[in-house]
Amino acid sequence: MNTWIQIAYLVATALFILALKWMNSPETARRGVIAGVAAMLVAVAGTLINPAIAVSNYKWIALAIVIGSVIGVPLSWVPLTAVPQRTALSHAFGGLAAGLVGVSEFYISFSGSGMELSSFRAGALCMEVLLGFLTFTGSLMAAGKLQEILPTRPITFRGQNIVNIGILAAAVIGCVALTVNPSYAILFPLIIVLALAFGVMLIMPIGGADMPTVISILNSYAGLSAVAMGFVMDNKLLITAGALDGSSGLILSIIMCKAMNRSFANVLFGAFGQVQASATKAAQKTVKSATAEDAAQIMEQAGSVVIVPGYGMAVAQAQHRVRELYDHLTKRGINVKFAIHPVAGRMPGHMNVLLAEADIPYTDLVEMDDINPEMPQVDVALVVGANDVVNPAARTNKSSPIYGMPIIDVDKAKTVLAIKRSMNPGFAGIDNELHYADKTLMVFGDAKAVVGDLAKHLSGENGH
Amino acid sequence: MKLLFLKRSLAATAVLVAGGAAAVAAETTAEAVPGAVQHASVAGIDYVSTLFVFMLATFVGLDVIRRVSRLLHTPLMSLTNAISAIAVVGSILIAGQQHSDYRFNLLGLVAIVASVINIVSGFLITDRMLKMFKRREVAKA
Repeated sequence: MNTWIQIAYLVATALFILALKWMNSPETARRGVIAGVAAMLVAVAGTLINPAIAVSNYKWIALAIVIGSVIGVPLSWVPLTAVPQRTALSHAFGGLAAGLVGVSEFYISFSGSGMELSSFRAGALCMEVLLGFLTFTGSLMAAGKLQEILPTRPITFRGQNIVNIGILAAAVIGCVALTVNPSYAILFPLIIVLALAFGVMLIMPIGGADMPTVISILNSYAGLSAVAMGFVMDNKLLITAGALDGSSGLILSIIMCKAMNRSFANVLFGAFGQVQASATKAAQKTVKSATAEDAAQIMEQAGSVVIVPGYGMAVAQAQHRVRELYDHLTKRGINVKFAIHPVAGRMPGHMNVLLAEADIPYTDLVEMDDINPEMPQVDVALVVGANDVVNPAARTNKSSPIYGMPIIDVDKAKTVLAIKRSMNPGFAGIDNELHYADKTLMVFGDAKAVVGDLAKHLSGENGH
Repeated sequence: MKLLFLKRSLAATAVLVAGGAAAVAAETTAEAVPGAVQHASVAGIDYVSTLFVFMLATFVGLDVIRRVSRLLHTPLMSLTNAISAIAVVGSILIAGQQHSDYRFNLLGLVAIVASVINIVSGFLITDRMLKMFKRREVAKA
């Protein structure tokens, strides 16, 4: 029987790797999901035939699976603008599962049954509960901020970093002590409490603009806690699947950090997004504004239009209006492309999913690095709810908090149209020089309403 | 830029493997510490081979994920969410075995619920998102 279990795990591992491999292109990606589902079914089946499971417990396991499915199915129906929250929430569930299994394993070792608690297992157990529980509370905090149940601005206080590092250091020291001598069982609940507290403290000072990175890091932790579980239970499937998840989170967070020109440490401890006290300077500069009708006329004359979406588009749910605008422009033979900044939105790839939802072909979604060389030839750049990712201060102003961050060079286009609710600075509280440039016209109003007006003007003046 | 990326990934892997190796080292030294829990089943787990598996899986993971289309980073994250719910395997084992205290089973069952939520919602929403990615030809038709 044991051989069959191991073969099932082997097959599941191969299928998980294929699932991720097929994600390299939208053409094969859905095959990847099927492989993932198959892998999971094989893994669960291989576990259920384990002779260690008491027959009388199957009904409870079945019940738990049913409850999980009943909760899980509606969770997959959330609107796509809420996908970041859903993702954060499921990281929390993942962390919770790992943490609870870790707690059981630890105390089972002391109850006489189960495997002996060696130093290796004690160390792995510590990592499992540390990562599991900090992912649990951290992800709940992140989900709360994304859902705006909690304040999205960073919450900071004096000595915050010292407190945070102190909590983490205490937890790590506890882990080391327990690894060296697993009989110090009293340390275990302490580590759990510290991990729970650290998760909360870690996310508290993080603002919405940093969420893409933070979600990726939590994704990685959830995977690593599964790896640690694999070490504790001597289960290679847990190790491989967890490692795949861990490396995915790691790569995504590196991409996010690079797209903001910041380090992990800076994201986690930098409390980015506090209001800057530089708004006084803005008052002296003048802004040119235009009505939706003016803007529509300008776009009509253009040969090429690049639309730069940002979180504002998601908030205003403007993606379907953007699609109408896209349709009217392409019908007139105007070349329309979407420029996607890696950190636009609240999680990696957020904008791509929203635009795909609005039926915009993915072949017209262009990455920042590919669109920037073309920018000087672009007639009109239309900024919909994006701010920091198009702020030229990132290239020019050394004192700006976003200096050095790669941006989409909309300021190089011949004309810039920026849709914005008001002249209030964006999320990071940084004034955007783009709005004062000569070639920039501001169109004030709600993104959804303005884009809808643009589309209406472009369709109405067609005359037939 | 690619080189830097590779270097960072390598460094991260090295740190993780070193951590595991340190735990193995602690394992061997702990045997000399008086008062340490007696471990009868040390031979039961082949620590080094599990670390091997971890290292290789991490390298495969880094390489495979690096090739994932940037368009699909959101579905990728919900897919890996579902995959990391492999913790269901551990949860089932804890919930299914007979223990001296039924509360262990209870913890295992809660962990199954949490994992199954991730499996079900993760795969379903990934598929829902991927269905929306269309080429231009298809979109026109």
